[in-house]
Amino acid sequence: MDDIRYETPTSVNAAVKLLAGAQGVAKVLNGGTDLLVQMRADVVTPTLLVDIKKIADMKVIKKEKGGWRIGASVSGAEMGEHPELSKMWPGVVEATELIGSTQVQGRATMAGNLCNASPGADSVPAMIAAGALAAIAGPNGKREIPVEQIPVSPGKTSLAKGEFVTSIYLPKRPKKSGDAYLRFIPRTEMDIAVVGCGISLTLDKSKTVIAARVALGAVAPTALLLEDAAQTIIGTKLEDAALDALAAACSAACRPIDDKRGTKEFRIKIAGVLARRVALIARDRALKN
Amino acid sequence: MSRHHVTTTINGDNVEFLCDTEQSLLDCIRNELHMTGTKEGCGTGDCGACSIMLDGRLVCSCLALGVEAEGKEIMTIEGMAQGDELHPLQENFIKFAALQCGICTPGVLIAARALLEKNPDPTETEVRFWLAGNLCRCTGYDKIIRAVMATAAQLRATA
Repeated sequence: MDDIRYETPTSVNAAVKLLAGAQGVAKVLNGGTDLLVQMRADVVTPTLLVDIKKIADMKVIKKEKGGWRIGASVSGAEMGEHPELSKMWPGVVEATELIGSTQVQGRATMAGNLCNASPGADSVPAMIAAGALAAIAGPNGKREIPVEQIPVSPGKTSLAKGEFVTSIYLPKRPKKSGDAYLRFIPRTEMDIAVVGCGISLTLDKSKTVIAARVALGAVAPTALLLEDAAQTIIGTKLEDAALDALAAACSAACRPIDDKRGTKEFRIKIAGVLARRVALIARDRALKN
Repeated sequence: MSRHHVTTTINGDNVEFLCDTEQSLLDCIRNELHMTGTKEGCGTGDCGACSIMLDGRLVCSCLALGVEAEGKEIMTIEGMAQGDELHPLQENFIKFAALQCGICTPGVLIAARALLEKNPDPTETEVRFWLAGNLCRCTGYDKIIRAVMATAAQLRATA
């Protein structure tokens, strides 16, 4: 194997300069839980690794405009240990904590999960449901976009050369809001989603849903934000008929593949089943906020 | 390109080693430092045999690069017993026969200790979920879980 250059820039600008100026394949090394496996399998053969973990703020969770900004290198374990973040966005935190084992949780990050662009990434539907934004730094400066605009197909992102995600922003939310994420996997831990579903919703005083975002993972080349499905529950109190409509809308939106974890038919069915359950968990959480 | 010179501490000792960028931390621990207590199972973060503590955090050493250890604190299985005195987890793994071939054992012990430091009174379910990333093909897990639960109770009684 040819030598791989390894750099640990201490500023975002220095990291951008390295990534933008690279001749061969440059990769951001963050938690490394996907990248190092891909390197070992020769799926990725970088000539430059830019380890971003020594950049200030990459490891920081901070309050911003009533929401939370989570540095790109914050691990799932660190998110789970943050009581205020876990209280405001329990669905996002539980989704991130489902990635891999306890060991993987010590390193794996939401930003990495997003940029690995796996259709089955657990944190992504939860982030989409949350209306999360990804802050991006690049040669043309900084920008912030909804997370659903980052993955474009399995393993591919919309990031341009020299760009990388520096943080994820989870917005402020009104009272009586809750979110949740569930996935189906063949065992209870350490597997990849056959279907994942994230829902975030807000209730009014009469317990009627006044805002909702619904997202599915592992049923299409990228995670899906389902506006139609959200509309089926907005204005309802999640009665059986509303949940039936939600399940039907989720199943109808699936464009899955058959693979060893599940058939198309199974995924389509399960998407609706999960959506019902997730909506009710999100509702119960909203009632407590 | 010349190799990286990495300075770190392992089990409290200052340690230096040379490595190439692509060498995993596991590879460095085993093949540069010749500390072979940490095992390689899958090499892809699925089995937990290579579990270590990196700056106080349980990780798979196969999923970190050796160069990333610069300036960090590492704890491996070699630091678990104090001289001839085994850690209570190690004693209970013997007592409960929580191992057969032993390849997974160093990783399970490191992971179990990390759990008990964080949560001295775990439920059986919490132990099983915490150790879900440590695969054992011999024991069927039950003896491991019993040994960890017994150790937790013992440590609480003596705390």
